[in-house]
Amino acid sequence: MWQIWLLPVLVVGITIALSVPLGIYMASVLDERWRAPALRRWFERRVDTGPQDWKQYAVALLLWNVLTFIVGFLILQFQAFLPLNPDGKGLLSPTTVFNTLCSFLSNTNLQHYSGEVHLTYFSQLFLICWKQFHSPAIGLAALVAIVRGLRGDAHLGNFYVDLWRATFYIILPAALVVGVLLLAGGMPMTLEGNAQVTTLETGALGTDDAGQAKPQEIARGPVAAIVAIKQLGTNGGGYFGPNSTHPYENPNGWTNLLEAVCIILFPMAAVVMFGRMLNNFRHAAVIFGVMLLFMVALLGWGVYWDTLQPNPGLAAQPERRFEVADSTAPGGKIALTLPAVAALPVDQSLGNLEGKELRFGTSAGPTWAALTTCTSNGSVNCMHDSLNPLAGLTPLVGMWLNCNFGGVGVGLINFLIYLVIAVFLAGLMVGRTPEYLGKKVEAREMKLAMLAFLIHPLMVLAPTGLFTATDWGAKSTNNPAAHGFAEVLYEFSSASANNGSGFEGLADTYGFNDNPSPAPFAPHWDIACGLVMIFSRFVPIIAPLAIAGSLAAKNRVPFTTGTLRTDTLTFGFVLFGTIVLLGALTFLPAAVGGPLAAPQGPPPLGGE
Amino acid sequence: MGKQSIAETIASRSAPEVQQLKLTRRESRRAGLFAPEMLRAALHQSVVMLRPDIQWKNPVMFVVEVGTVLTLVFTVARLLGHFPQTSLGYLIALSVLLLLTVLFANFATALAEARGKAQADTLRKTRRETPAFLLADDGQIEETVSTALRNGDRVVVEAGQVIPSDGEIIEGVASVDESAITGESAPVIREAGGDHSGVTGGTRVLSDRIVVRITAAAGETFLDKMIRLVEGAIRQRTPNEIALSLVLSAFTLIFLIVTAALWPMAAYAEVYMQGYLGTAEPVRGLGTDIPTLVALLVCLIPTTIGALLAAIGIAGMDRALRANILAKSGKAVEVAGDVDTLLLDKTGTITVGNRKATQFIPLGHYTAQELGTLAAMASHADLTPEGKSIVELYAKQAGVSVSRVEGLLPAGARFVEFTAQTRMSGVDAADGREVRKGAPDAVLKHVQQRNGQLPAGVQQQVDAVASRGATPLLVSDCGSLAGLIVLEDVLKPGMRERFERLRRMGLRTVMVTGDNPLTAKAIASQAGVDDYIAQATPEAKLAYIRKEQASGKLVAMMGDGTNDAPALAQADVGVAMNSGTQAAKEAGNMVDLDSDPTKLIEVVEIGKQLLMTRGALTTFSIANDLAKYFAIIPALFAATLPWLKPLDVMHLHSATSAILSAVIFNAIIIPLLIPIALKGVQYRPVGADALLRRNLLIWGLGGVVVPFIGIKLIDMALVALQLV
Repeated sequence: MWQIWLLPVLVVGITIALSVPLGIYMASVLDERWRAPALRRWFERRVDTGPQDWKQYAVALLLWNVLTFIVGFLILQFQAFLPLNPDGKGLLSPTTVFNTLCSFLSNTNLQHYSGEVHLTYFSQLFLICWKQFHSPAIGLAALVAIVRGLRGDAHLGNFYVDLWRATFYIILPAALVVGVLLLAGGMPMTLEGNAQVTTLETGALGTDDAGQAKPQEIARGPVAAIVAIKQLGTNGGGYFGPNSTHPYENPNGWTNLLEAVCIILFPMAAVVMFGRMLNNFRHAAVIFGVMLLFMVALLGWGVYWDTLQPNPGLAAQPERRFEVADSTAPGGKIALTLPAVAALPVDQSLGNLEGKELRFGTSAGPTWAALTTCTSNGSVNCMHDSLNPLAGLTPLVGMWLNCNFGGVGVGLINFLIYLVIAVFLAGLMVGRTPEYLGKKVEAREMKLAMLAFLIHPLMVLAPTGLFTATDWGAKSTNNPAAHGFAEVLYEFSSASANNGSGFEGLADTYGFNDNPSPAPFAPHWDIACGLVMIFSRFVPIIAPLAIAGSLAAKNRVPFTTGTLRTDTLTFGFVLFGTIVLLGALTFLPAAVGGPLAAPQGPPPLGGE
Repeated sequence: MGKQSIAETIASRSAPEVQQLKLTRRESRRAGLFAPEMLRAALHQSVVMLRPDIQWKNPVMFVVEVGTVLTLVFTVARLLGHFPQTSLGYLIALSVLLLLTVLFANFATALAEARGKAQADTLRKTRRETPAFLLADDGQIEETVSTALRNGDRVVVEAGQVIPSDGEIIEGVASVDESAITGESAPVIREAGGDHSGVTGGTRVLSDRIVVRITAAAGETFLDKMIRLVEGAIRQRTPNEIALSLVLSAFTLIFLIVTAALWPMAAYAEVYMQGYLGTAEPVRGLGTDIPTLVALLVCLIPTTIGALLAAIGIAGMDRALRANILAKSGKAVEVAGDVDTLLLDKTGTITVGNRKATQFIPLGHYTAQELGTLAAMASHADLTPEGKSIVELYAKQAGVSVSRVEGLLPAGARFVEFTAQTRMSGVDAADGREVRKGAPDAVLKHVQQRNGQLPAGVQQQVDAVASRGATPLLVSDCGSLAGLIVLEDVLKPGMRERFERLRRMGLRTVMVTGDNPLTAKAIASQAGVDDYIAQATPEAKLAYIRKEQASGKLVAMMGDGTNDAPALAQADVGVAMNSGTQAAKEAGNMVDLDSDPTKLIEVVEIGKQLLMTRGALTTFSIANDLAKYFAIIPALFAATLPWLKPLDVMHLHSATSAILSAVIFNAIIIPLLIPIALKGVQYRPVGADALLRRNLLIWGLGGVVVPFIGIKLIDMALVALQLV
């Protein structure tokens, strides 16, 4: 019984311990407290374009992203003609290219393709892997710039220098260490093509046209390099389609623990860095505490409903009666009887084992599911679609809030939006016009904060509504009823949260351009998700940058006993309440239609 | 400018004016929150405000209005036989309730406006009608009233009469008591021609007869202009109000998205349930019923605060008015809540006007009793407050009444008046005995001239008294030193506690005084203020304010003189006393009609209360959503997904009763909270953290719990009344 909690406790405990020194190191690197050796400084001077205000910083950030989008497009669109294509992979469909580029540009790593099937080694290494280093570094740079603004610095720093430092002094070394550890754990790292294995049973994989028994093709490649940064950079885009359930992407229990720690390591360290940069560890501790509380609660909820409860689709159910109003029926009501269901002869004492990688233990699936969605990672080590319906709330809520550690850099930025709103309301309640870190929060800041806040529910709910109302969604789901709705909802939640995990079960892959039978509405999904990812990535970065810029220019109000303190338990409660009431409640109706409705209904509709 | 105690100021105002002012204001206060005539006006106005072009200014309520119209359209459609899945009664109830929600919101704003107007009207009435004697071209004098005067009229004012309006003397010279306007009790000379020809309405001619040409018609005087400004300010939105309404509009937009996205979800559920049930007719639930979704939207958007926001702002101005403070803009009231530093005049604010004798210190062979007697003799004819206080102290110590002090005097005593040369006063007896009291150096010289003995350590004692903030006087008797009289500033009772309270509010208090630094420091530490400006000149005040502002602080000060004007203008909250000069009043952003220097503290509390009320009601409004979700969401799916019943934690009677209960709660909470919006949430100076905890508990937790109870009770009532 207690063993199922061992993995979550180990993961969270180890990461907290590691995040403190890492966060302090990150602050010293990005805050120029640490001087790089002369050679590196030479490089820094090459990229440094001088101090930037928020507008210049934002323009540099956007410009850089546009540039990488173009380069990425050239790589992906013409991968068939580029080197490192030993398996002769062909041209991708334009919408797949668009979606993939948006996805990796925005640190989402939503995959409407399957890496080992559709991408060449060149694309994997020079697009996927590159973007996976790049996008968290950009998030970190944006956070650092915002902190400088909150601190009241004269300028927000230089985007290119921040990007350089975050990439080369922080993320790259960490990925190197993790990559080596993963290699030691048995992960492949090769540029050779698929391994061909003669199956024991001749012809197990069929025969070719010449009547010869086909050998088994085992996909492989530079896995360790990609998985290290996939986990560290809240990327989640796996080398293989099955992501970290694949034995080459997650060989054993140790790599599972290591990969799980890597999911939350940088997001946690970012909060420590925030405290260090502001020289206000108490304030950072309150933020850290609230984030941790949400993450632990979601993790606990997931493990409880999945590992400690049986799979309702396999469990016995008594007969249940419901009444449904129907004006056409006699008496205005239809009596609905759900027949009793006998339990399948399955031992469910270990909880819901469907869709789990049992190599990692029974609780590894929901634990990972909570971590990967609280941060915007999106890698998976179990099938989220197979989580018990109520446990399925964990990944959804994690993505709806999208700030409880969140993506590298951007998670804390999202949290700061909630914080600004909380400060605005709580600040009024102490009888002053609101202020944060000694700066008055006024109409301009609130306008920007609300814009950043609004974009997430808009980007989740509007397309979900659109796809549910049309065939685009209804004809793409694998499951009927509430569960099918949950699949659509999950897809857009994942895209908007820049998470990238999939509930799976959606037909959204077009793949190669010459695919004779693509999913019918794959282009719709590709384009809609692509746009959602871009908007949900950049609006919540640019608006807070503008807030930071406008706060930086304000006079600092001295601290008095009448000032709202942001480093107390009370303020922690305010933050908690704000996130619950504004973040969670916004999505309650959607939750009711999906994951909450599913478990209660009759098996064909609910259950599994 | 002279510093005056409140009593003097009030006394210097013409007595009937003050009396009338107090009476009318008391009446208007007694009328309470809901005076009938005000209610009538507000009710009328709340219907007028339904006009879309007016409603548009409040985006939250505008959405409710649009929703109401939409619901009405559906009600008419149902009447014509469309949309049979909902009952007509339900739709009518919904339309009425939504309309009521808008009306309640309008009513709150209208009522607050009506109260503000009523206050301003009361003030205007205090510009009392005085008789005026109009001088016709033919020299005839015609009696009329001040309100009937026009620009350019000539009036005659004689001794004892009140000048009816602002004007210019064109004939004659007169001494005028301008204390009602300036607070200076000394009369001033005003004469035709030159710089001193201007007279102000409401001031009194003490001597002679003048002819005045009126330059400001009735209703155009300074105070009238101020009142108009106040009325105009009631309609303006303050920066914080704008920021908050932005936030509320954004919430409205978010909930609009949430509600709109519900429709396809519910439609999808209906489709698959029809397939599951195998019915020929489509399964219909409330989730696809547009009026019901409108009801959900109205319940979720922050209507409570949206409805009361304008009222809260107006009520803040109104509370200031009730405290006899005219704020020129709502912004000034709001800023007052943020003030960090208060500049307070020592005299009249921290100390009671004048210094008082507190102690007799005998020297040489004199006893305290003897010294007291001598001091009282020397001060008997001294009618300054200090002199009187010496006599009082003697009488108190000797246990005799003040009137018997006269008996002490030897027969044929002659009083020696204080002059600037001698700086002593006293009494000479017929037998040549001289008793003197006065400034230490003057008395010492006097004693030396008479070859008197100087006891050792006199200078030390004098210095010791001075260094504790008191003023020493020496008393001599026939050329020998009898002892010291200690004159001290007397702190107003309770000032220390008051400053402690301000400190807990997070305010720094700074005492402004003309005293020397030694005295100032001593009084400052006695009173418990945080800082002081000694030997304060207007320039020193201005410099201090600038210094504070440079470090990001907001400063409030009160002033009355023309030379205070720059500082009043520089301060973030500058309260000019009504008794002050025109320049001061124009420089400040508030005018205190009572000219009470302690008003600053009240001003700050009113500002804080205003902001707190906004925060508290916004929190309440948003916290309410939790219960509303739990009432409405299960109702939406009751017909399509019956297994969602466990979500209905309140066990409401039916789907329609759940929705109606939530909408009713949402509507009636607005009028229920009007008194709180108008009176303001109570401010307690307990520090920000304790205040936040308290408000979170009441408005946050209360906001979560109250609607659960309220909606359940309304549902039970609807069932009991058989309305559902």
